[in-house]
Formats: sequence, C-alpha cells, structure tokens
Amino acid sequence: MTAITADHLLTRVRGLLAAHPPADTDRADFLRARFDAGLAWVHYPEGLGGLGAPRSLQAVVDAELAAAGAPDNDPRRIGIGLGMAAPTILAYGTDEQKQRFLRPLWIGEEVWCQLFSEPGAGSDLAALGTRAVRETGSGDWIVDGQKVWTSSAHTARWAILIARTDPGLPKHQGITYFLCDMHAPGVEVRPLRQITGEAEFNEVFLTGVRIPDSHRLGAVGEGWAVARTTLMNERVSIGGMRIPREGGMIAPVAAAWRERPELRTHALHQRLLELWVEAEVARLTGERLRQQLAVGQPGPEGSGMKLTFARLNQEISGLEVELLAEEGLLYDDWTMRRPDGVDFTGREAGYRYLRAKGNSIEGGTSEILLNIVAERVLGLPPEPRDDKDLAWKDLNR
Amino acid sequence: MTTPAAPTDLLYSGTEEELRSAVRALLTDRCDAKSVLDRAGTDRPHDPALWHTLAVEIGAAGLLVPEKLGGQGASHREAAVVLEELGRAVAPVPYLTSAVLATEILLGCDTAEAATLLRELASGRTVCVPAVPLTLAPGAPLPAPVRDLGSGSLTGTVTSVADAVAADVLLVLADTGLYAVPAAAAGLTPRVPLDLTRPLATVTLEAAAGTRLADAGTARAAVAGALLSGAGLLASEQLGLAEWCLTETVRHVRGRHQFNRPVGSFQALKHRLARLWLDVASARAAARAAADALATEAPDAPLTVAVAQAYCSGVAVRAAEECVQLHGGIGMTWEHPAHLYLKRAKADSLALGTAGHHRGLVADFAELPAP
Ligand SMILES: Cc1cc2nc3c(=O)[nH]c(=O)nc-3n(C[C@H](O)[C@H](O)[C@H](O)COP(=O)(O)OP(=O)(O)OC[C@H]3O[C@@H](n4cnc5c(N)ncnc54)[C@H](O)[C@@H]3O)c2cc1C
Repeated sequence: MTAITADHLLTRVRGLLAAHPPADTDRADFLRARFDAGLAWVHYPEGLGGLGAPRSLQAVVDAELAAAGAPDNDPRRIGIGLGMAAPTILAYGTDEQKQRFLRPLWIGEEVWCQLFSEPGAGSDLAALGTRAVRETGSGDWIVDGQKVWTSSAHTARWAILIARTDPGLPKHQGITYFLCDMHAPGVEVRPLRQITGEAEFNEVFLTGVRIPDSHRLGAVGEGWAVARTTLMNERVSIGGMRIPREGGMIAPVAAAWRERPELRTHALHQRLLELWVEAEVARLTGERLRQQLAVGQPGPEGSGMKLTFARLNQEISGLEVELLAEEGLLYDDWTMRRPDGVDFTGREAGYRYLRAKGNSIEGGTSEILLNIVAERVLGLPPEPRDDKDLAWKDLNR
Repeated sequence: MTTPAAPTDLLYSGTEEELRSAVRALLTDRCDAKSVLDRAGTDRPHDPALWHTLAVEIGAAGLLVPEKLGGQGASHREAAVVLEELGRAVAPVPYLTSAVLATEILLGCDTAEAATLLRELASGRTVCVPAVPLTLAPGAPLPAPVRDLGSGSLTGTVTSVADAVAADVLLVLADTGLYAVPAAAAGLTPRVPLDLTRPLATVTLEAAAGTRLADAGTARAAVAGALLSGAGLLASEQLGLAEWCLTETVRHVRGRHQFNRPVGSFQALKHRLARLWLDVASARAAARAAADALATEAPDAPLTVAVAQAYCSGVAVRAAEECVQLHGGIGMTWEHPAHLYLKRAKADSLALGTAGHHRGLVADFAELPAP
C-alpha cells in the first residue's frame, strides 16, 4: 500500500464537494457522505470513516472543507463520543460494534456520554462499585449503581460504562466495560447543579439495567485496560488545544486593563504582568510540545499542560474579579441552565472564576496529576500501596 | 511608623468566649448550611428571625453602642468575636453593615438625631445600612453621588449597597451632610451578587426626604472612621470563614477514602493543610490585633487594620479555594456549602478595600513609599 499524501486527500475532498455541494445538500446527508468517503477521521481504517492516513493530515481535510463552507459535525456537542468512545471502540470493539456505532457517533446522530465516576470513586476510579451481574440463561448483564459528573447524559443515546463484575477480585481485575443504551429501562438521569448555578452535568442512577453481552467491550474482567485507553484519550483532548498569544483566560483581563484605566493599580499591574508572562510561556510550552510530537519525540511536558492551564485559569480569573472592583461583586445569572458545554467567553468574570475551579478537578485532579509527574516523569518512588492485591470487597471505602 | 507597637491583647477574654458560645449555639441551631443555601436561592437571603434573636436576645446589635444609649457598651473586640462566628456560618444577617458600619457612622455624628437612631439600632428593632458601595475603602476618597437639592431633598444613585434590601433606614452621605432616609423612600434595584448571602442593590434617591444627622464635615469624618472599623472587623469575619473552611476540609479528608486510605493521609494534602493552618493562625493574630487596636483607639490602629486586611482577605480566599479543591467533585456542587464560602470570601476580598489597597496604606503608614 502506498502512503496517502495530502494531495491524494485534497482530490478526494474535491470529489466529495463536487458530488455533494454543501449549499444544496442536507447537513446530515453531507456528513454521511463525508464519513463514507473516508474523510471523517482520516487515520481511521477504511470503511470506518477513514483511510488509514497519517493523523496529521486531518487538518488538511478540515481546512479545505471549512473553506468550502461544508457543515461540520459539531465536535463540541459530541466531544465525549469523538474523544473517548470512538478510540476505545476502535481499539477494542468487535467488527459488528465498529460498524454499528462509529458512523452515527461521528455524524452526531447518536450522542455519547461516559459513565465512569461514582460518588465513592473519583480519583480512585478503579474502586467503583456499580455492579453488573450476568443473568444465567440469557447471558445478559444486569447493572445496578450510581454514576456522577456525567456530561451529556441527558442528551446521550449511548454511554460507555464501567462496572464491577467480580467483587472478589482486586479492584483492577473485577471490572468489565460495556456500551450502555441510555434509553434502556432503569436508566434515570438527574441534573447535577454546580457551583456556577448551571447543571452541566448529571447524576445517573442505574437500576436493573439490562445490557446484552453483545454490548460488552473487551473481555470480562478486562474493563480496566479498556478504560485506560479511554482515559488516555481524554487527557490528550483536554491538554491538546492550540491557542494564540493572549488567547484564553488572559484575553478578557488584558482587554479590561487596556480599556478601563480607572481600574488600574500598581498591585494589580504586577500580578497581571506575571500572569501574562506565564500564559505566554504556557502557550510556548504547548507549541514546543506539538513540534516535538510532529518530529516523533513526544515529551513528558504533556502531563504538565493540564496542570498549568488549571492553575493559570484559576489565578487569572481570580485576578479578573478583583480588577473589576465593584462589578466583581456581581454575578451574571444564577438561573439553573443546561448548557451544551463550558462557555468561558460567553459569560462574565464571576462565572469564569467559579467554573475554572473545576479545571483542577475534572479529568483527574491536579494532586493526582502531580503524583503522576512525580512518579512517571521524575521516577520518584510511589506511595506505599496496599490496595492492589486486596479483593475489592475488602477495601476501605 | 518605625516605633515598636504598644503591647496588644491578642487573646480572648472569658466574656468574649461566652459571647462566642451564645452566638455559635444560635447559629448551629438556626443557621445550618442547608437553610442558608435554601435562602440563598431566593430573592430574600436574609433571615429576619435569626437576626431578631441575634440582635435582640443576644444583644449583639448594640455591642458597640454605649449603655446610656441602650447598647451593651462593649467594644470592637466583642463585635469581632460575633463576626468570627457569622463568618464561620456565612450567616445571612446585616451585622457588618448595620451593627458595625452604620453604628460607627452614627457614633461619629454626636447629634440628638443620631442618638435616637442609635437607640433603635441597639435595641435590634431597626436595621440601618450605610448607602455607600461595599467596595468603598478606608483611606480612599469618599464619593458624593448624592446631592441635596435644598432643604433635605436628596437626589442621586449609589451602587453596590450591601444589605439595603434588609434595611429599614439608609444612611445617606450627601454633599450637605449625613441623612437618615427611610428605606421605603428610596428606590432599590437588587443586583445579582456573587456572594449569595450578602445581597447588593442600587439605591436611587429622587427628591427623597431625610432626617439630617450631621453636617458635611462631621459626616465625612464619621464615614471615614466607620470604614476603618469596618475593614478592621471584616478581618474577623474572614478569619471565621477561613477557619470553617480549614475545619471542614480536615474533617472531609480524614473520612474520605480513596486508594484504600483516607485521602488526608497523603503527605501532599497534609502539608497543604498544615500550611493553611499556619495561615489561619496568623490571620487570627492579625484580626485580633485590629480589633484590639480599634477597641483601645490605639494610635497605630490604621496601620494595624491595613495589615489585617492586607493579610486576612487573602487567607480567606485561599482557605475557601482549598476547601473546594480538596473536597474534589463534591466541592463543585451546589448542594455542598463550600461554594457559599468561596463566594463570600471572594466578595469580602473586594469589600472595604482590596489587599492591594491595604498594602498601599501600609506603604504610607510604614513609610515605605512606592518607587
Ligand atoms: C467540573 C467537573 C467535571 C467532571 N467531569 C467528569 C466527566 O465528564 N466524567 C467523569 O467520569 N467524571 C467527571 N468528573 C469527576 C472527576 O473526575 C472527579 O471529581 C475527580 O477525579 C476527583 O474525584 P473525587 O471528586 O471523588 O475526589 P476525591 O478522589 O475524593 O479527592 C478529594 C481530594 O483528595 C485529593 N486526593 C485524592 N487522592 C489523592 C492522592 N493519591 N494524593 C494526593 N491527593 C489526593 C484529590 O486531589 C482531591 O483534592 C468531573 C468533576 C468535576 C468537578
């Protein structure tokens, strides 16, 4: 097989555009055609929305399609599916599962959510207690438990789910990974209101939910390995965005500083400059990481990016509230809303300040990430652990 | 200000501890996190019944008022203890605004009209709130947005007035002096506050009639003095708040298990909480020094207050931020009270002068001029 080049892809894109002119084509039809042409995610295999091309060429396709005014698949709305469910299904799914799920996932016809965290299992995700018990006869699994912090659960059609299938084994061994139908009887979704007043997330209660064995992903008891694939992809998607100079949280503060001289004080000036420099250095670190990746030298800096952004977002938004003085005492709106995602720029300083507090908790807390850096990057010895060989049912919870 | 400070009593007296017990018992009974949260979601965050018990039965409203005016004749030290407890409970009562700021302004007026109002305040029957922005700081120029259009007909707009919606009377600083205006005679536009437990409103006066309490010079001096006391005592509210955050966080990480052990057993968290404890202990000394300096009218009170504010507001915010973070996801939920503390702490860091403003005052008092 000859390697696929950018030119090859551009020819395909033009073919797609000619056959389905975006202006006269229904959005969903266009997306289906794009998927079938292998231009959805070019690094995926043929027949599954891709062409087995290098991942880096996706940008070429995206740019060409955007320039032609083609509709996109609203990646923000379906981020969990794209970022987490899809790579996991690709890596562990049966042919049937891949054929069944990837196309509607990518097109956005079926939204996905992730049923991982539980009230009792956050940092120690592998301690989860949601039970899946196999029914003799049917071979179906019956699931009972509670999940929390599930974004998109109220719009999702499908979920990736991890559940305990053998409490007698150590916690990492007794877990199995499933694809769960969110419309199945026994799935109850309740909004989880957070510090900002919004309910971005949900609690999900699972009571006697029936999952056929054909919706199991990976082998029984191998769920933790499968989940690690999902989680690795989550971290990549969190730290991976590219921002321009003075992009991100520093932008509104810098703008307020320039436009409103009456707010300026010496104390704030020094802090603003410190944070501006740190934001710029964070941007450069991210840029350097990307360049390293491009030449095939991934560095450990990736583990640090989420840490840096969490801290900076929090410090900068805290400074912004202070800079705004009297206005900083106000909040835009406490109404409980159900947004599709985080909107740091569409809201005001108080919202940014409060929402940024989640940046050091979601997707792994900063404390846990610091431990990972200390142990995996610096090679420091781990904390002594006694939980790895203990049966899950004997753990302290 | 390079001379050594006079000896200061930084401890709590027996009477102060008794007062603390009484206030804490009341708040434990009637101001639990759930009820504060339930109120915070409405447009009436104040709890009038709680205020009545605190102000009338415990007599906290009149602590700063002399006995001959029906008050307790106590001092800033006792008021500070009450504020510590109110901070610990993020209590939705107009104590800082009515029993501290308004009371201090009236005490600075020395007129019969002011004395009459002070009696009412001390009795706990009347809530009186100064119509100034909550961000107004000691040492900053006093704004004068309200004009007297002749014979006490007051016109103007004041923004970010704290607790105005709970007030019976507003103290209005106009160009011709200080006026008591019935809240009913003013237009109140509630704003959406970051701190759900201390509501803010815009006060609009359109030819409102007020009772004159003091001339312009006296009024401005009285307000300036009240801002100093307010800032000094706010440090105690911040201390109480920080202490709750520390205590609750320690309690949580002792009981919360992950990886088969309490998360509080990880050294990364232990050291952080130990450092926070150190900050809170230091904040206590700073807040006590401010309260004592105000109580004894120490000559270096302005410096001591500036030090307390420059230090304590940062500690309160840090403690509340740590509280959210170390509770993990729970700390991000509306259901858990941590957010009420974070919002109060952040708003308090803007109230009565930011830490940066107070550091600027320290520069003046300590003769450490800017470059
Ligand atoms: C805004 C937000 C969005 C989220 N989105 C999702 C989502 O989409 N999907 C999902 O599945 N989950 C989601 N979560 C859940 C999130 O992954 C967990 O909250 C997180 O992993 C922490 O777990 P926990 O809340 O149980 O905290 P705990 O694990 O109880 O931690 C409590 C505190 O102890 C610290 N700690 C724990 N272990 C250690 C250690 N070994 N060393 C040092 N410190 C430690 C933690 O850092 C934290 O500060 C979200 C959470 C938030 C707040």
